[in-house]
Amino acid sequence: MSSTTDMSTDTGSVLEKTRDDRSADDVVLRLEDLVVEFPAGAGQVVHAVSGINLEVRRGETLGLVGESGCGKSTTGRAIMQLPRPTGGSVHFDGRDLAALSPEEVRKLRPKLQMIFQDPISSLNPRRRIPDIVGDPLVVWGRGADKDKVVPDVLRAVGLDPDQVADRRPHQFSGGQCQRVSIARALVLEPEVLICDEPVSALDVSVQAQILNLLEDMKARYGLTLVFIAHDLGVVRNISDRVAVMYLGRICELGPTEALFDAPVHPYTRLLVSSIPSMEGAQRGEVGTGEMPSPVSPPSGCRFRTRCPLATDRCADEVPQMREVAPGRFTACHHPVLDTAVGEPIAPAVTAVPTTPLTASNGAGSNGAGSNGAASSRTES
Amino acid sequence: MTRPTDTAPTTVAAEAAGRHRAANAAGDARPAKGDLLTVDDVHVRFHTRNGVVHAVEGVSLTLREGEVLAVVGESGSGKTVFTRRVMGLISGSRETDVEGTVTFDGITLSDLDAKGLAGVWGKEIALVLQDPMTSLNPVKRIGAQITETLVLHHKLSKQDANARAVELLRSVGLSEPERRVRQYPHELSGGMRQRVTIAIALSCSPRLLLADEPTTALDVTVQAQILDLLGDLQSRLGMAMLLVTHDLRVVRSRSDRIAVMYAGRIVETAPTKDLFDAPRMPYTEALMNAVPPITGPNHVRLAVIPGRPPNLLSPPSGCRFSPRCPYAQDRCLTEEPPLRPASELPGGGIEGHSYRCWYPVGTPENAEARRRNVERGETAAGTPVTGEMVPA
Ligand SMILES: Nc1ncnc2c1ncn2[C@@H]1O[C@H](COP(=O)(O)OP(=O)(O)O)[C@@H](O)[C@H]1O
Ligand SMILES: Nc1ncnc2c1ncn2[C@@H]1O[C@H](COP(=O)(O)OP(=O)(O)O)[C@@H](O)[C@H]1O
Ligand code: SF4
Ligand code: SF4
Ligand SMILES: [Mg+2]
Ligand SMILES: [Mg+2]
Repeated sequence: MSSTTDMSTDTGSVLEKTRDDRSADDVVLRLEDLVVEFPAGAGQVVHAVSGINLEVRRGETLGLVGESGCGKSTTGRAIMQLPRPTGGSVHFDGRDLAALSPEEVRKLRPKLQMIFQDPISSLNPRRRIPDIVGDPLVVWGRGADKDKVVPDVLRAVGLDPDQVADRRPHQFSGGQCQRVSIARALVLEPEVLICDEPVSALDVSVQAQILNLLEDMKARYGLTLVFIAHDLGVVRNISDRVAVMYLGRICELGPTEALFDAPVHPYTRLLVSSIPSMEGAQRGEVGTGEMPSPVSPPSGCRFRTRCPLATDRCADEVPQMREVAPGRFTACHHPVLDTAVGEPIAPAVTAVPTTPLTASNGAGSNGAGSNGAASSRTES
Repeated sequence: MTRPTDTAPTTVAAEAAGRHRAANAAGDARPAKGDLLTVDDVHVRFHTRNGVVHAVEGVSLTLREGEVLAVVGESGSGKTVFTRRVMGLISGSRETDVEGTVTFDGITLSDLDAKGLAGVWGKEIALVLQDPMTSLNPVKRIGAQITETLVLHHKLSKQDANARAVELLRSVGLSEPERRVRQYPHELSGGMRQRVTIAIALSCSPRLLLADEPTTALDVTVQAQILDLLGDLQSRLGMAMLLVTHDLRVVRSRSDRIAVMYAGRIVETAPTKDLFDAPRMPYTEALMNAVPPITGPNHVRLAVIPGRPPNLLSPPSGCRFSPRCPYAQDRCLTEEPPLRPASELPGGGIEGHSYRCWYPVGTPENAEARRRNVERGETAAGTPVTGEMVPA
């Protein structure tokens, strides 16, 4: 696969290859019931990630969206085993990373790379650009390849190897530094690149450069991307499929366009209709309230304190992920089927809707609002 | 479009305005009816160790009563310095040169000293910032912070002020306001804190609200709530608003007019709809094309603006955008284009639409400049022209 991809292979053929490989059963990463918890002092626990199941197919870009604090970065780092998750498992190329020794995990590291939001502080300020990019080769005993590989990768990310030869990170803008960290991540020819908010710190005009570059690199190196971001426009454009997270859980997963055009989970609907858009007026429902603390998440469905469709069942029973249409998964007792964003919604399944979701009504008045300790802490 | 409300000024304001008008009756022309804020040829220069930063360069604009004007630009374009200068928070000093006039309802703010400005701040003009923590006192209860301004400007009793604080918090959509007044800022989420700063800003019913990136630090669902809240309060109270943001999408449906800033200058200004329908300045056009769309197919190739915004220590000569512009010709490198009305263009343009460009988008001159650059593979500034740069 991509590990053997010759870096000089022309883009077209690699592209075809990744397209062919993009079949539903060629899974490169599988997260099973992934749990990550952090101690929060006074015997309390931050439930950052609470039972995530997810498959990433080879050659696809999987977007991971949700508001800050919902557990996106924690999920990304858990895939990298940084730190090892509290529970559940991560399978990479069919191997359970939790079952491997630290040394075996280390050996797999080159195949799994990650880039971060703040490009400048994620690079060693004292080292020159070619060394920063070439270091991973040295660490992995391929130092001899440095002089050939580094200039190639630098050129691939749009940097002139001669011009950057003596430069250090502080001499570059944020956009240039993000190119450097992408080059550094690519130099070992990974299979999977996890991008954690790679363009969030950049100006729009520079953001477009980096997004186009990631698309190019994906084709050229036959990468699988896990693309984490809170900007929905960005995620929508780059992703083949999108997983929406809320308070440590995935609430919806599906093909990008379908998910954005007619979301089935009430939270996705809220999220999508909140996107400010170049196309004009805001579409559809506007919510109220904010995400509760992950230290004491609501019982049952974690979105119920803000959900206009919540019923008693939502407080009692954790909704399980299920397929509601081909390729479309959601964890909701009352999903909204076949309803475009902006159209009034009614739940698909039985259970009485308490209030229709329309502009300017929100979570406060629903049946489950009084239930559980967390709801009282939640804005409504 | 614009919503001239012609609200009667509060007595205090009228007094202050009257006083000031009398003081410089000889000099100042009375602003046209309905004009609330007039900014004329404002400059701000910082003398730094590395040289002079010309952060705001000849900015002029007018804000009418009840109107929402958005100032949009990438980071470092001078939006915050401009806003702070309008507010009087930046004034001339040994390190800072300021030029130009800022007139609010007949009062020349740029002539006032700190004491004179204090009479206007909070009461007539209020400010909301990106990070609510910078304007909130971390060791003071929410209620006390709200009543502080009220007691100062309206001489309310403590009890009345407290009741008013609760009422204000309710009006900005904060739940359990009676409990909130006793809480400290750190006990609230970012979105709740921003609601509190908005409540404080509105406590004295200002006629002008300056909001500098009020939702940039917030998540998208909270951002939508806060923007709706601001828009709602603005139209209900007939308040004018200067909404400063780096995100064009945010102001698309929430402003009457937009001024686009680049490298310290206004490069285009127009009624919002016209700006989106027919941008004339290439930077505005490029910015619009660089934003990922939220409808239509995914994997759309985004238009790219090469390079990055200029360093204001040594901005490019001629047109500030010339090193990044796909249409740049020789003239652009030496002569800076003035702000011209779009109505002079063939085919006419909308009243109130002006732009700064020698080869405005949508003209034969632009098409010719584009053709020449594509043909020679680079612009007059030597920037390679790629398919990604030039929209079809
Ligand atoms: N090392 C840590 N220790 C304690 N809490 C953490 C740690 N890392 C993350 N968290 C908490 O876990 C939750 C999820 O965080 P994160 O994964 O960073 O969210 P996101 O990336 O979606 O913004 C947050 O409440 C965050 O404060
Ligand atoms: N006190 C100061 N001294 C020197 N330079 C400054 C100062 N304040 C702002 N600047 C510079 O002025 C320019 C405009 O900054 P700012 O108004 O904050 O931009 P924006 O708000 O559009 O992001 C930037 O180059 C910034 O570094
Ligand atoms: S309907 Fe129930 S299960 Fe579905 S999102 Fe709302 S609260 Fe959760
Ligand atoms: S065409 Fe010339 S004047 Fe117009 S924006 Fe481009 S460089 Fe500036
Ligand atoms: Mg994160
Ligand atoms: Mg600013």
